[in-house]
Amino acid sequence: MHNLKRQLLAGPYLLWMAGFILLPVAVILYYAFTTTSGDFTLLNVTSIFASIHWKSLMLSLKLAFICTAVCLLLSYPLAMILSSMKLKRQGFIVFIFILPMWMNFMLRILAWKLLLSNNGVINTMLASWNLPLLDVLNTPFAVVFCMVYDFLPFMILPIYNAMSRIEPDIIEAAKDLGANNITIFFKIIVPLTLSGVVSGITMVFVPALTSFAISDLLGGGKVLLIGNVIEQAFIQEYNWNLGSGLSLVLMVFVIASMALMSAKGEEGGTGVW
Amino acid sequence: MKKFISCLLAGIMLTGLFTGCGSKDSENSLIVLNYGKYLDPEAIEMFEEETGIKVEYEEYVTPENMYTKYRAGAIDYDLICTSDYMVEKMIQEDQVQKINFDNIPLKNNLDSTYFEFSKSFDSENEYSIPYFFGTVGILYNKDMVDESKVDSWNILWDKDYAGQIIMADSVRDSFMVALKILGYSLNTTDETQWKEAQDLLLKQKPLVYSYLVDEAQDEMIGENAAMAVVYSGEAGYALEFNDKLAFSVPKEGSNMWIDSWFIPKSAKHKENAEKFLNFLCREDISMMNFDYVYYATPNVKTKEALEPEIQESPTIFPPKETLDNCEVLKPLDDASSTKLSILWKEIKAAD
Repeated sequence: MHNLKRQLLAGPYLLWMAGFILLPVAVILYYAFTTTSGDFTLLNVTSIFASIHWKSLMLSLKLAFICTAVCLLLSYPLAMILSSMKLKRQGFIVFIFILPMWMNFMLRILAWKLLLSNNGVINTMLASWNLPLLDVLNTPFAVVFCMVYDFLPFMILPIYNAMSRIEPDIIEAAKDLGANNITIFFKIIVPLTLSGVVSGITMVFVPALTSFAISDLLGGGKVLLIGNVIEQAFIQEYNWNLGSGLSLVLMVFVIASMALMSAKGEEGGTGVW
Repeated sequence: MKKFISCLLAGIMLTGLFTGCGSKDSENSLIVLNYGKYLDPEAIEMFEEETGIKVEYEEYVTPENMYTKYRAGAIDYDLICTSDYMVEKMIQEDQVQKINFDNIPLKNNLDSTYFEFSKSFDSENEYSIPYFFGTVGILYNKDMVDESKVDSWNILWDKDYAGQIIMADSVRDSFMVALKILGYSLNTTDETQWKEAQDLLLKQKPLVYSYLVDEAQDEMIGENAAMAVVYSGEAGYALEFNDKLAFSVPKEGSNMWIDSWFIPKSAKHKENAEKFLNFLCREDISMMNFDYVYYATPNVKTKEALEPEIQESPTIFPPKETLDNCEVLKPLDDASSTKLSILWKEIKAAD
């Protein structure tokens, strides 16, 4: 009886999950394996091997990898510096990192578009100083750049979390026992923050892999990611079956990367989930 | 199993919740679907005040987008405005109702020439009523472009303008440009002709700054690019904001488009839709919408009331010679449409 009551508390979320997660997935599964006339087919799923789809999937994977790597390289030292600061300032700086998230991410992308465009703010400034102009908008570089900008907080926060949980005593003990800084870093700090790194990687890699809005706005229609192909299939071509088939393939990649990461993350246990 | 059942129950309850909302259908209403920024919101308020009909107004971006929304079937639209080839496609699919023109006496305000043009997609003028029309051409910046060259689509392949060209991010419009350079009809379904056009567009890609639809005019006003393939109406709008801009319809010919209203099969308030159509033909309302949209209007009375300068602007009202050189888009059947969209995706995915 007691158990049942507790389960009831989860009711609203269960309802939400059923209506907006499970049901849509079921609908996608149905569309993915049927033709427009409703017959069973595997073509929608196997069409990922069609050269254009494959190419855009590979491009998505590549950009997502680069984005994750850059985020990690930026976040890790930053988290270290942050956690070694005095407590008062720490809170303030973390606050500064979260601040951009107060604004809608689409607006932030549009702002970058204005900044980076041929005749935009940055180029006007460069021109007035007689410096060479930037020509990065509508290239994969701009897309990765904005992905890093957008997803960086998702990497910093879990790493910082893990980092700030390391007791200073442990490091002092290591020092007493004669470990130098490099040893402390690799033998203590890295293993203890691994779970944070892992959840950071998942939280950056997955949205980067599936993103389409950033490449749409900053790629100028020249950077075709798998997300854009799926969006086009749904919205432009009215081919929901193809769109669902490709979404399913993408989902497999997402789940695979999450499974891989959570297997790694279990060792530490200080992750966000 | 228990879990599954509870999930299923939850699902059913949720569906109940939403259909419950949807069926709250007031008698005196009208659901309109239109392109973005394509009707003065004040006109809707006036219509509501005058008739007491509650208007629900919704917008979309491309005709394909509209088709998806309509086909999804979640909303019973009463009145839709879209482009020629999409009207034809929907007529072919038997999704359009005949308009009772007896309820639209003000239709006489519209120039019959445009009903003639409309016959290319609505052969008996039974299903649609023209709203705005125009062409596709090159919007360019006079300071950045050699004006002697803009009379041809070939300028879009000129290496001098690498990185300063905005191409249309729409299958049909981009292929139209390439097909016209090659001297083919924009309605061709010949695959070798398409392939030639694709090769041409692939060659152009390294020179292209970006592929855009609605944002092209803003980029041109901001002088981020030297030229862009745009609809004449957008060009007219952009000219208002930047004196350096000009518009040209190349000599190889182009696409003439007519955006028309039609009443879809899903309509539940057909009479209200006709009242709204009549209202749109009224001189003052048509003028409000012209001021808001700045596209060529088929409304004679509105055109006559405009300043001569605007009436004679070749950007806003394409002259007859230009129109004679233009073709109206025809819909493609599903198989051709899929083939063409693959060719287009190959262009978009190319390095």
